[in-house]
Amino acid sequence: MMAIPLVGALAMLVPGNRFLRTDAAVRVFGTAVSGATLLVAISALMAFDFGATSRMQLEVDREWAPAIGLRFHLGVDGISLPLVVLTALLTFLCFLYTLRHPPAGGLIRLLTALILVLEVGMIGTFVALDLVLFFVFFETVLIPMYVVIVLWGGTGRRAAAYKFILYTLLGSGLLLAGMLLVGAKAGTLDMTELAARHGSGLSHGVQVAAFALMGVGFAVKAPMWPLHTWLPDAHTEAPTVGSVLLAGVLLKMGTYGLVRIALPLAPDGAEFWAPWLGLLAVIGIIYGALACLAQRDLKRMIAYSSVGHMGFVLLGIATLTPVGINAALFGNIAHGLITSLLFFLAGSVKERWGTADMDAIGGGMLGTSPRLASILTFASVASLGLPGLAGFWGEMLALLGAYRPHADLPRETFVTFMAVAALGAVLTAAYFLRMLAKLTHGPADGTASARTPAAVSVQEYAAWTPLIALTLLVGLWPKTLLDVTTDPVRALFGGG
Amino acid sequence: MIQSIDYAAIAPPLILAVAAIALLLADAFDAPRRVLSLLSGGSLVAALAAVIVLAPGDRRATFCLPDGLRGDGPRSCSYVADDFTLLFQGIVLGAAVIVVLLSLQEITDSKMPVGEYHFLLLAAVIGALTLVAARDLVLLLVALETLSLPVFALSALRRYDGTASEAALKLFLVSVVSTAVMLFGISLVYGATGAMHLDRIAPALADLPSDLDPVATAGSVLILAGFAFKVAAVPFHFWAPDVYQGSPLPVAAFLSVVSKASGFAGLAIVLALGLPSYAHVWGPAIGIIAAVTMTVGNLVALRQRTAIRLLAWSSVAQSGYMLAPLAVGDDRLPEAVAATTAYVALYAVMNLGAFAVVIGFNRRLGARRWDTLDDYRGLARRSPAVATALAFFLICLAGLPPGVMGLFAKVVVFRATVAGGVTWLAAVMAVNTVIGLYYYLVWAARLFTPAPGPSYDPVRGVPVRAAILSTATAALVLSAAPQIVLQTVSQAT
Repeated sequence: MMAIPLVGALAMLVPGNRFLRTDAAVRVFGTAVSGATLLVAISALMAFDFGATSRMQLEVDREWAPAIGLRFHLGVDGISLPLVVLTALLTFLCFLYTLRHPPAGGLIRLLTALILVLEVGMIGTFVALDLVLFFVFFETVLIPMYVVIVLWGGTGRRAAAYKFILYTLLGSGLLLAGMLLVGAKAGTLDMTELAARHGSGLSHGVQVAAFALMGVGFAVKAPMWPLHTWLPDAHTEAPTVGSVLLAGVLLKMGTYGLVRIALPLAPDGAEFWAPWLGLLAVIGIIYGALACLAQRDLKRMIAYSSVGHMGFVLLGIATLTPVGINAALFGNIAHGLITSLLFFLAGSVKERWGTADMDAIGGGMLGTSPRLASILTFASVASLGLPGLAGFWGEMLALLGAYRPHADLPRETFVTFMAVAALGAVLTAAYFLRMLAKLTHGPADGTASARTPAAVSVQEYAAWTPLIALTLLVGLWPKTLLDVTTDPVRALFGGG
Repeated sequence: MIQSIDYAAIAPPLILAVAAIALLLADAFDAPRRVLSLLSGGSLVAALAAVIVLAPGDRRATFCLPDGLRGDGPRSCSYVADDFTLLFQGIVLGAAVIVVLLSLQEITDSKMPVGEYHFLLLAAVIGALTLVAARDLVLLLVALETLSLPVFALSALRRYDGTASEAALKLFLVSVVSTAVMLFGISLVYGATGAMHLDRIAPALADLPSDLDPVATAGSVLILAGFAFKVAAVPFHFWAPDVYQGSPLPVAAFLSVVSKASGFAGLAIVLALGLPSYAHVWGPAIGIIAAVTMTVGNLVALRQRTAIRLLAWSSVAQSGYMLAPLAVGDDRLPEAVAATTAYVALYAVMNLGAFAVVIGFNRRLGARRWDTLDDYRGLARRSPAVATALAFFLICLAGLPPGVMGLFAKVVVFRATVAGGVTWLAAVMAVNTVIGLYYYLVWAARLFTPAPGPSYDPVRGVPVRAAILSTATAALVLSAAPQIVLQTVSQAT
């Protein structure tokens, strides 16, 4: 029972820079290693006791640097488990996709190593139960992602990569200060212990300050309006696998951190800041939607749509109710599945047409490349929240949570938020439909559509099918996911 | 009056002193270059061994007040070899060995006199070793001067070079002024308390008559100023970039690591042992100095085009991080001292590593030119190992994984600062970390961009390679197991 994710992560630390000669062999090796990690994650899923999802399971707890009270403490519960599996799955799918479609720029060996390190950081973030350890993993993802963008990115990659790393590092600096403030005042860095205390022993002022510091740190990552400006650039310039991991997992680290660390450690602070968080979340939703309407670039549009979707997630968190938090966690997973799929598709479109500019691609994709177009349509309607698909439940529950926020929060404010957010949902539908109308329907009139696009390859199908299946599964039976997260969320609020 | 001296306690500086005199004599008899270098390096290693032998033993103290003069006060020893002292002596000696390795070729290249160079270097190290062991103000000052004076000469040793002379003169003037200021501070404190030993000053200051309070306040601030020069804190930092650039590069490495480390040790000793009751005065003062130092250092570093000036300004900024924990005042002071010590120790490794690569790389240009950052383009193609090492050191200095060592250095500093209730300073540090990251990253990224040009050997010579290899190994080990340093530090303070 001990440390299965840890073993998986440690195995990743020695990636294959040693013996594999050809690029293809390296890619196969990467796929195999990430596949093994996925298997480990799935076996963790099997070993997980679903009867007690609020309890930490599969724990490892060792001393690391006792001088500063640092422990190597890992474990999963219902909140982190889905994210761990999602991470392992997406990384595997990325490798699968790379098998056939390596990003331009060569150096596959380095790319493989970087993505594996990235995976270690991401999984580590989700399973770390010590504040400093969490921070270490949180930071681990920065450099590999920076290098991925710089080496394999588009034309404006250098600026985008710097923006990405500087923004997020600023967030992490404040995050570290906030976490250490809590750690110093409470005398422990262990997250389970701190969460069990529900902020007792911390004065109101400390909690407000700590939540503000940590909140800004996570909000940069999430990203919350107005700290989102790094995101569209980074997503647009990053290669396909980079965008997928960025959207699918890295953004989740922000919201996960809020739920896992900021809320339970500083509940008073959360209550103080919740209306502001809600306000910024709603602005993010509307802003993201409006920005999407104005985009010409496909990848950039999907990036802005992430701002909107993460707005819903943040709104859910801001309600401070079990319903809202559940919605947030659900939205996290759903967004991870759908947006990853969208970025995969955008990558494929860009590869075939040589551009991601929607006007240049022109319409008629249903005619020239029917399968790609149908999958794109599917992903889009899932993302705009069609009932029966994954995107719907997260948004719906978030709105529901906002309708009945935590008792100590001003209800009128949140009902207003709800109304505005619902408007945002409509706008979301508008821009996705506009995109579909532009790309899939109509005559094939784009300037870049001269050559016939290649058919969808086996690897692409392999990478997309699991995402499509899971989107359907989670959308049709939301209970599968909600069951896992409900108990630990209740425990967060001190209930049974 | 006969004083018994504990020779074991003073063994490390004693070994070096004997070696230094032997060196001077040998040089007078025209001993070959190789013998001199070996003597210098060997004595440093021997002193390091002495420190290691002393480490498990008890606290040793010597040069104490004789019983007749003691009265009923504390024991009042001038020279104390406790864990804190030995730790810093270890850092200083380890760094000095690396500096000697780096110097070997530089001496030949720049046609500097070998014997004098090594003699001066050893003399400065003796000063540093004594400084970290000193527990009374007079010995502190003498040690500080023993450390500073040889460095003036060292930086001017390239006699034909105008920039070197200018650097030495600048260093000399700033140093003399700051020593004068510090002496004045010491005299004020002495006047107020009637004591020179730190363990007597502390109780005397604690119940000082209120009319003497302004005197002691002024005295403690002025003493602080003296150390601020040594660690190149703003506003006493102006010498740093010019001196780093003008003097031989190994001397710059010495200044930025050995000299700075002992400066911090001295500062911590004076503040924690002598002036804890004036924490309300120096605490906020250090906080402001730290904030300004890191901000100015980082902002100016952003504009630098040559590698060595960038390192100079970044080391000013790093001083700010090291000062930050001490801003907590006497609230959790031991923890703060431990944090500063840990940062100094980790910083010594990463900065020396970066210097080692820069020195090795600069060799192909000779002494008159300095590499711009653009010259580093394509280093990864020509020598992947060296480029990776430099990139790793830079990432460590920036404090990001995989440079876990640097990250932990930052974590302990943040932690001590926040625990002491100086959260605003932690926020300033957070912003500064970002600025710092930018220029380190720009440099690191250059290494990997392709550049056309003739092929060349990036770092020639065995000693420099050995230096890079040893610092890189240390950095890797400490990244995997940072507790080695953290543990030692928390036990020693």
